[in-house]
Amino acid sequence: MTDWSGYLSLILQGAVVTVQLTVMGSILALLMAFIAGLGRIAPFAVLRWLATAYIEFFRGTSIFVQLFFAYFVLPFAGFTLTPLQAGVLALGLNVGAYAAEVVRGAILSVGKEQYEACIALNLSRWQCMRRVILPQALLVMLPTFGNNAIELLKATSVVSLISLADMTFQANIVRSQTGNTLIPFATILALYFFFAMIIAFAMRALERRMARGLDGVRA
Amino acid sequence: MEWDWEFVWQIMPTMIQGVKITILATILGSALAVVVGLAIALLRRSPSRLVSGTTGLIAEFIRGTPLLVQLYFIFYVLPDIGILLPPLVAGVIGLGLHYGTYTAEVYRAGIDNVPRGQWEAAKACNLSANQTWTRIILPQAIPPMIPALANYFIAMFKETPLLSAITVLELMNQAKSVANTYYRYIEPITLVGAFFLVISLISVIALRWLEHRYGRIER
Repeated sequence: MTDWSGYLSLILQGAVVTVQLTVMGSILALLMAFIAGLGRIAPFAVLRWLATAYIEFFRGTSIFVQLFFAYFVLPFAGFTLTPLQAGVLALGLNVGAYAAEVVRGAILSVGKEQYEACIALNLSRWQCMRRVILPQALLVMLPTFGNNAIELLKATSVVSLISLADMTFQANIVRSQTGNTLIPFATILALYFFFAMIIAFAMRALERRMARGLDGVRA
Repeated sequence: MEWDWEFVWQIMPTMIQGVKITILATILGSALAVVVGLAIALLRRSPSRLVSGTTGLIAEFIRGTPLLVQLYFIFYVLPDIGILLPPLVAGVIGLGLHYGTYTAEVYRAGIDNVPRGQWEAAKACNLSANQTWTRIILPQAIPPMIPALANYFIAMFKETPLLSAITVLELMNQAKSVANTYYRYIEPITLVGAFFLVISLISVIALRWLEHRYGRIER
């Protein structure tokens, strides 16, 4: 009979790495989403062009290729990254590109009259964005951001292939050491699903919280 | 380390082999996803709570967990209960099931978009349930969903490198074996990225044409 408690703690150690990657990747993705999303609707053609190039490139090539590029090719160019850094970089930039389109779409979905009201009230561009447009646009973005965060969580499993000891990696170790396949993989499937539910739940709570006070504004 | 064109041409035949398998896996996976998605969408509309509820839960679970882990599950766990699958078949099943849960949502939206009057007309003409679906609802529901479905197939194409983890010799795996043989990572991994970018960009143009041809579906 195998002693499962040791193997379980191995998988839980992996779960910590998965959560770390998800959180740090999401932060980078959020940052990139706003930079590139706002860049896409910037008044300067150069910024628009740069943001489009970033988005198309990272959406067009696979996350997997980007991760391998960051981990195996960048060292030859003089940037050596730890597996964790490469993972966060690839995940954040990849999901950020998808989320950038969400940011752009949400900002464009705010009605024209809101911009006209800004001009009528003599607000600066920045004030208009910060006080009027973004509070409404954020609410439109949130559900899709939730989905993006779940996609990011799922994508973290890929980092096991560059030898970062996340949950999937540890499950593979348990598999090779015990010869049992069902228990490790079923366990991590359940854990991934549990994390995904937490993200979905948290996003719904956040959405309710942010929708407060906007009742009259939203159609 | 510098870019070496001679090496690029030397490894090109191997890479083309990989591209073929990648495209094959995408086509077979898409075909399976089309069928699985329709099955899930129809089962979710079943009048029996038990059937629709269970299907919904399973679909939610598959969508909430990483494809990589599902591939491991199919490839390593199923042989324990006597189902031994070749890597490519396991990969196609994984891709088809995973994306089937996504395409199910597209079908749902497409079916919901068929006006109520069509259902009532079918009933008024005394059509059986089978006739209603195959003659009235699906022919109207499917054309507008084609662009959305194609979108998921492009996403699936970008996830095929995951199949390398279960020893399918697709593009990424060929690149890795070339890289490990010659210890040159820049050319193979960059080529993989280039292949993906080129094929994705071509697919995006095809997608635009599909959207133009069939229109967009409001989701």
